[in-house]
Amino acid sequence: MAPADILLYTGVMALVTYLIRMLPLTLIRRRVDSPLIRSFLYYVPYAVLAAMIVPEMLYATLSVWSAAAALVVGVASALRGRSMIAVAILACLTVFAAESLLRASGYL
Amino acid sequence: MAPAWEKEFLQGARDGIPIGLGYLSVSFSFGVMAVNLGLPVWAAVVISLTNLTSAGQFAGVGLMAAGAPLIEMVLTQLVINLRYSLMSLSLSQKADGTMTVLHRLICSFFVTDEIFALASNRRSLSRRYMYGLGLIPILSWTLGTALGALAGGLMPAALRSALNVALYAMFIALIVPAAKERRPVLLVILLAAGLSCLLRYAPALSRLSAGFAIIICALTAAFFGAVRWPIREEDRGAS
Repeated sequence: MAPADILLYTGVMALVTYLIRMLPLTLIRRRVDSPLIRSFLYYVPYAVLAAMIVPEMLYATLSVWSAAAALVVGVASALRGRSMIAVAILACLTVFAAESLLRASGYL
Repeated sequence: MAPAWEKEFLQGARDGIPIGLGYLSVSFSFGVMAVNLGLPVWAAVVISLTNLTSAGQFAGVGLMAAGAPLIEMVLTQLVINLRYSLMSLSLSQKADGTMTVLHRLICSFFVTDEIFALASNRRSLSRRYMYGLGLIPILSWTLGTALGALAGGLMPAALRSALNVALYAMFIALIVPAAKERRPVLLVILLAAGLSCLLRYAPALSRLSAGFAIIICALTAAFFGAVRWPIREEDRGAS
């Protein structure tokens, strides 16, 4: 991608993100009462993040298996109440360990 | 004794330190990933400085690398970052008299999941507190990206591969606690994940680009959840 295109895309990305944050904070100072809209907005982040994790995460590493192991470890450690940083570090270590194993046994 | 406004600012800055530490590691892996996808170091840094969002940037650099049309970038950012509008809406109701229009315009820039989580714990929000709270996360998000983008090329493949899951792990940590707490959230998550797999693997649908796939999955699952399990105010919790 040419530098001009990178700047254009970055600018558009930043502008959209800023407007989403800015408009409600400056324009809507009273409560939104529609239960449907409130519920929809409540579920959106979970649905977005879930759709981003599955199945893309499986292709983020050198092997599907190391990524799958990291997914399992990540969910398990988050279920046990580990902090965001701890979950991230454990997932990275899992990939590293799993790929070392796969490499040592000739699968990678 | 420090004047009251200074105490507010310092309190915000103190609250921002743990967020900043978390951002440092996640933005580092964002920097690594952006360079892996072929973007120059400066672009990764400019994206982080101007966007300050994990999931949006992450999807954004993917779209840039794939050469997706601009409209897809707009729609993807709109859907992925839609959650910020709810957060801004909620913060707007807590903002005190010091938050004039100008300061609202500035503070809007750094409403992130984590900053929102801390800010919404306050009974009321002053601009001094908000500026203090935003300071360290913004600096560390940018700094971490720069370090990751610079170091990315020098790191061995095994290390880069391991760091690539850091962002996903952060997303997992963001959604699992609520899924554990509330069954409807779990079901919405499973529905979105299931649809995402369907769009990815079903022969006729897999030609759909990644950005649109996320939009379709998220809107469908969230709308289904809103109709099927509407949220009452009292069980919404902090976020």
